[in-house]
Amino acid sequence: MDCVIRIEALSHIYSRGTPFEKVAIEDINLEIYKGQMVGLIGHTGSGKSTFIQHLNGLLAPTTGRIFYEGADIFASKTATRDVRFKVGLVFQYPEYQLFEETVYRDIAFGPKNMKLSEAEVDERVREAAQFVGIPEELFEKSPLELSGGQKRRIAIAGVIAMRPGVLILDEPTAGLDPSGCEGILQNIVDYRRKTGSTVILVTHSMDDAARIAERIIVFADGRVAMDGAPEAVFSRADELLAMGLDVPAPTSIAKALRQKGLSLPDAIYTLDQLRDAVLALAGGGGETC
Amino acid sequence: MLKDITLGQYFPGDTVVHRLDPRTKLILVIVYIAALFIAVGYVSYAMMLAVTVSCIAVSRISPKTILKGLKPLIFIIVLTALLNLFYTGGEPIAQFWIFKFTWEGIKQASLMVLRIMMLISGTFLLTYTTSPIALTDGLEKLLNPLKKIKVPVHEMSMMMSMALRFIPTLVEETDKIMSAQKARGADFETGKLTDRAKALLPLLVPLFVSAFRRADELAVAMESRCYHGGEGRTRMKQLRMHSRDAWALILGAAVLAATIVMNVYGL
Amino acid sequence: MSAIIKTEGLHYTYPGDEIETLSGIDIEIEEGSFAVILGHNGSGKSTLAKLFNAILLPTSGKVTVSGIDTADEARILDVRRTIGMVFQNPDNQIVANVVEDDVAFAPENLGVPSAEIRERVDDALRRVGMYDYRMHAPHLLSGGQKQRVAIAGVLAMNPRCVVLDEPTAMLDPVGRREVIETVTRLCRENGMTVVLITHHMSECVGADRLIVMSEGRIIADGAPREIFPHAGRLKEEGLAVPATTELLYTLREAGLDLPLDALTVEECADVIAQKLL
Repeated sequence: MDCVIRIEALSHIYSRGTPFEKVAIEDINLEIYKGQMVGLIGHTGSGKSTFIQHLNGLLAPTTGRIFYEGADIFASKTATRDVRFKVGLVFQYPEYQLFEETVYRDIAFGPKNMKLSEAEVDERVREAAQFVGIPEELFEKSPLELSGGQKRRIAIAGVIAMRPGVLILDEPTAGLDPSGCEGILQNIVDYRRKTGSTVILVTHSMDDAARIAERIIVFADGRVAMDGAPEAVFSRADELLAMGLDVPAPTSIAKALRQKGLSLPDAIYTLDQLRDAVLALAGGGGETC
Repeated sequence: MLKDITLGQYFPGDTVVHRLDPRTKLILVIVYIAALFIAVGYVSYAMMLAVTVSCIAVSRISPKTILKGLKPLIFIIVLTALLNLFYTGGEPIAQFWIFKFTWEGIKQASLMVLRIMMLISGTFLLTYTTSPIALTDGLEKLLNPLKKIKVPVHEMSMMMSMALRFIPTLVEETDKIMSAQKARGADFETGKLTDRAKALLPLLVPLFVSAFRRADELAVAMESRCYHGGEGRTRMKQLRMHSRDAWALILGAAVLAATIVMNVYGL
Repeated sequence: MSAIIKTEGLHYTYPGDEIETLSGIDIEIEEGSFAVILGHNGSGKSTLAKLFNAILLPTSGKVTVSGIDTADEARILDVRRTIGMVFQNPDNQIVANVVEDDVAFAPENLGVPSAEIRERVDDALRRVGMYDYRMHAPHLLSGGQKQRVAIAGVLAMNPRCVVLDEPTAMLDPVGRREVIETVTRLCRENGMTVVLITHHMSECVGADRLIVMSEGRIIADGAPREIFPHAGRLKEEGLAVPATTELLYTLREAGLDLPLDALTVEECADVIAQKLL
């Protein structure tokens, strides 16, 4: 697989040299591959927010380097400025950044800053709006008139419209109700399928990560604590719990079942897997669709 | 960068300065400022400097914090220095292009810079050692007599204390919005003045919208906790004067008197 | 048991709206109970909460709190000191720069004598586990800690009921746990009536009563165990069910005869294990 972002010995220390000095992240070495769906997990204070802000050049490393498609993103000011269009970062509660008079113009903000032609900007705005399910009828409305869920979609569209090779979303489902969460996650999955972009989903929700991620990276105390396929990471449930993280609900249930004497395979983290495993034990009784 | 703003922050402590009644401190700040402007010569400035330094020392606020507080005002300090340096009359001792350096200029500049720095530090010392609630309480009590002429003293003090409470929160929010807009290519740093002013829109609009929403939610939360204006409000922490307040006020009066006397003698 | 909150034929329309937000709500919240109001965004649950403590007044119908009509202007403070409200945004509830000063806000508004305020503040902070933070600046606390301070601020009024409107929506899992544990404890150990408004399934499991709302009406009302088995219906409403219920549901569909009311992980594992071993 092609490596799209390589992170080398990255560390960041806030307020260096003052009594408030704080090591946010330390010695991070990672390779993000093209087209991967990565779930980034860690409790508050684990350094994941600091980490992702380095990937699009918003924060500069205290030590270490970051390469996008082989080029050092901090090599020059231009390089750093350009990378924010290639690595799109959607912050938490992005609906609070909307500022333009119309939905169309807000989504167009990113592409416009890329100095694209009007035709190009228009194409991208419409494409992005489609990805998140914002119909064209809303284009001329003021974003402030719309619902919270719609505002969030518009904010995400604003970043997608830059056509970044890597899309990072920080807690995209925070504060949404179940159907809202479902909708956004589905949009993300569809987006990746259609564009082949790399997606990094930063989340607290183990269930969300378990459902859609191909690779899970766990941050703890400023370092990478675990990195691997969901099967590998979620089978270390006890370690995750000890770190103060949750495990996906199906994993907890599977653990309880094992404690009661049922022998289930080790790496269970989705409801489908759990159901199949239980049915298998029941002697293959009943159809699974 | 934004995190360095120490404006309005309170550093809790148990020193004498911390424990003075806020009304005392408010009165002393006024006396202090008056004394600073009455002082004319080296002797009085030296005395004021001694007063300032000892207050800072007793309050155990670190000099680093004081310097940090001066940082945003460096422009005014430098401007004052330059204006006084070149516009005070007197015999020139050196000349560079059209700028004349005079002893009087140098003396005035140093004294004025010193005065500004003491002014700022002294006032900030007030907010560093007095919790915003105590400050606004003290102010409210001092201004209470004005209620008789229908000045909304309580409302004003409520507004002030809440503004202070939200400064760090608003700074954080500004930071977040800036980062989010930068992530979409917003440029707050380059370009001519008109460009940069326009570039502030993606920052100011969300801030304002959020401020209104915040105010709305706060109002509901306050009313839910039975807020209904200043009538009938009691205080958990009641302001009470102690002997240390009396001594502090006497000392303040003494310093003021000294500067007046020194002024007469040109010291 | 007496009803602390009672609504009769409650209708509410926001000024300027054409459609009703609440279309006829009749419920009674019993003293000492832990009730959860569940509903998707827009179902009217937050509006209902604001009608409980007279932030909003009914367009038609009546809301009574401990027998007092919320529309009675003269007694509005009595209503608000009986029903304490905690809101979604932890920051937009804290008015003071120091934790204990903020908790004192409500009793100060009520004209409680100085020494008694001190006692109430210390007590409230202890009950939410934040006594050690009483001299801290609120903006440096975590979300869960801020919400607990908000709860303490409400407890200092000595209310009979605490209503929490999506208090965990903006919190991480740790904060969420802290808040839910705190309110559960307040109910079970101190007999406080708790009304929790949420759309997080995991928070419903410990409740006595689940009230499900949709489009301004109550569509289900009963113990969680009675309601979650109707998973299909809940899903139609855009709500989810706990993973345990979901699992039992799909296993049942596949032919295994399992009860649908085992809500906790332990209970769920038990019924499956019993069936298979």
